[in-house]
Amino acid sequence: MTNESNIDKQKLQQTALKVREHIVRMATDGGCFVGASLSAADLILYLYSEWLNIGNHNLNDPDRDYLFLSKGHDVPALYGTFVELGLMEKDRLKNHLSIDDHIYWHPNTKIPGIEFHSGSLGHLPSVAIGVAMDIKIRGGKNRVVCILGDGELNEGTCWEAVLVANAYKLDNLIFVVDRNQFQANMPTEELIPLEPLHDKFTAFGAAVKRIDGHDFDALHNAFSAYPFETGKLNVVIADTVRGRGLPSIERRADRWFCNFTAPEIESLLKELHGEHISQLTSETLVVR
Amino acid sequence: MTYEELLTRQATADERFIVMTAENRALVRNIHAHLGSRFIDTGITEQTMIGAAAGLALRGRIPVVHALASFLTMRAFEFVRTDAGIPNLPVKLSSFIPGFLSDGNGPTHQAIEDIALMRGIPNMTVFAPADEDDLLKMLPEIWTYSAPSYVRINTQKSGYEHAPFKFGKAEVVGEGTDVTILTYGLLFAQTLAAVEILKNEGLSVGLINMRCLKPVDEQAILKAANSKLVVTVEDHFLTGGLYSIVAETLLKYQTTAKVLPFALNEKWFKPSLLPNVLQHEGFTGKQIAEKILGYTTSAVQQTIAVPQFSE
Repeated sequence: MTNESNIDKQKLQQTALKVREHIVRMATDGGCFVGASLSAADLILYLYSEWLNIGNHNLNDPDRDYLFLSKGHDVPALYGTFVELGLMEKDRLKNHLSIDDHIYWHPNTKIPGIEFHSGSLGHLPSVAIGVAMDIKIRGGKNRVVCILGDGELNEGTCWEAVLVANAYKLDNLIFVVDRNQFQANMPTEELIPLEPLHDKFTAFGAAVKRIDGHDFDALHNAFSAYPFETGKLNVVIADTVRGRGLPSIERRADRWFCNFTAPEIESLLKELHGEHISQLTSETLVVR
Repeated sequence: MTYEELLTRQATADERFIVMTAENRALVRNIHAHLGSRFIDTGITEQTMIGAAAGLALRGRIPVVHALASFLTMRAFEFVRTDAGIPNLPVKLSSFIPGFLSDGNGPTHQAIEDIALMRGIPNMTVFAPADEDDLLKMLPEIWTYSAPSYVRINTQKSGYEHAPFKFGKAEVVGEGTDVTILTYGLLFAQTLAAVEILKNEGLSVGLINMRCLKPVDEQAILKAANSKLVVTVEDHFLTGGLYSIVAETLLKYQTTAKVLPFALNEKWFKPSLLPNVLQHEGFTGKQIAEKILGYTTSAVQQTIAVPQFSE
């Protein structure tokens, strides 16, 4: 661990708590993929706050950095981050699932700041490759981040993309794996084991770092080391916890998509702030 | 001028163009020398190529992508639909050996549902040139049009000189009151021969090269329906291609016609060299003409023709 870190860790943690509050508030009146959003919240917040050259001032600037959410159903974490960073009006989150707005379970480009829609897994690694290729052709300096789910790595196109990214030496491209150990209904290692994941990416030719995806210092150290190796795809495996911040749903296979009652939301918000709460009774919805 | 020469000219003159292939270089063997980094071969990865093409288009590029028709339209279908179709990005699909052109490859390589699949994607435009002359006449406009496109690449030489291309318009080769043949793609040459035979039999025969299957020239179809018999000729499954387009169009305008389809009905074709395939499947000009003659002279014509196909 270096001491070069110049991030305000405490402030990031406070903001992350607010992002999680937004996520929890979206998990009612139809619900959302709350667990997968909570696992990705810290890394999304870190990237937008500290690392990516993107913000209100340059949303359409061809020299901006790009972030693609490939797993997609973690988009509540992006909305929460956008609100906290002033990229989206807070009141707009109340429109979640409203027919009059565009805030639904997967990302779409009607929301300023979202670069590409997703929802079908294994697509955005290749879309990100196209963007990274164009930046290389033009001699640009911008960087392209693509956040993948670990379950998403079941899709063969993710691995196709790693092969192609390395063939074209796309060191301006970073795949970040939200390694929360779960796919939709099952722990990954019980269904389609991914480990040793670091070795798999390395064998495919990528330069890999594996870190605690909830530790802002670790995130900062990893991304400050970009590019990990020139001429290679960069991969960050961010070890995370599905449902992070809510012990009552953390690491629970049946808490993937959640649609809580209003009293449960109030209870969960207290839990975010450290209170112990009793088990939740809401039935989870199966949304595939 | 060849396909590759035209693409080279277009892409060298316009920096927006990127030429991509999923390691199918048959149509773009020499273009790398002209385009350098604007030529991208992603290897045997049709899905990744389409996704990357969408990413390039997102950055203002016009990617012209190449792969075998069956893999481009089926293996990568969801990528075409989701990454090019939904955002309406100008990804230009050039499909190699569509329809009967896969001749000896076998059913894995037979793209005979490609028109059905591609025209089902909102925003997608679909074209099937009759021959190389037709292909070269349509491509410049298709490539610079803002929507994604699917072109059944056909570099066969028929010797016919086509009328200038008009987007969304069919090419009316001839008009007739007894029979009007609607066709697209390489079977155009066979229908030309069929028309000659039928005319020698004293029939008034029209022929329309559809060219654009989406947007389709509805007026051309409605006009054809005024003749006593409409014949559709296509190297495609009966479902979802020109026969379906004609049916949809007639129903949309609350009209009807006698329609005799030549298509592949619930079957793949027997693989062989193209002339053998045409003969075996009953798609030579002579076979088409004979079947139409048999139909027009049949004593028990039904109000609406029911497609019947021999195995």
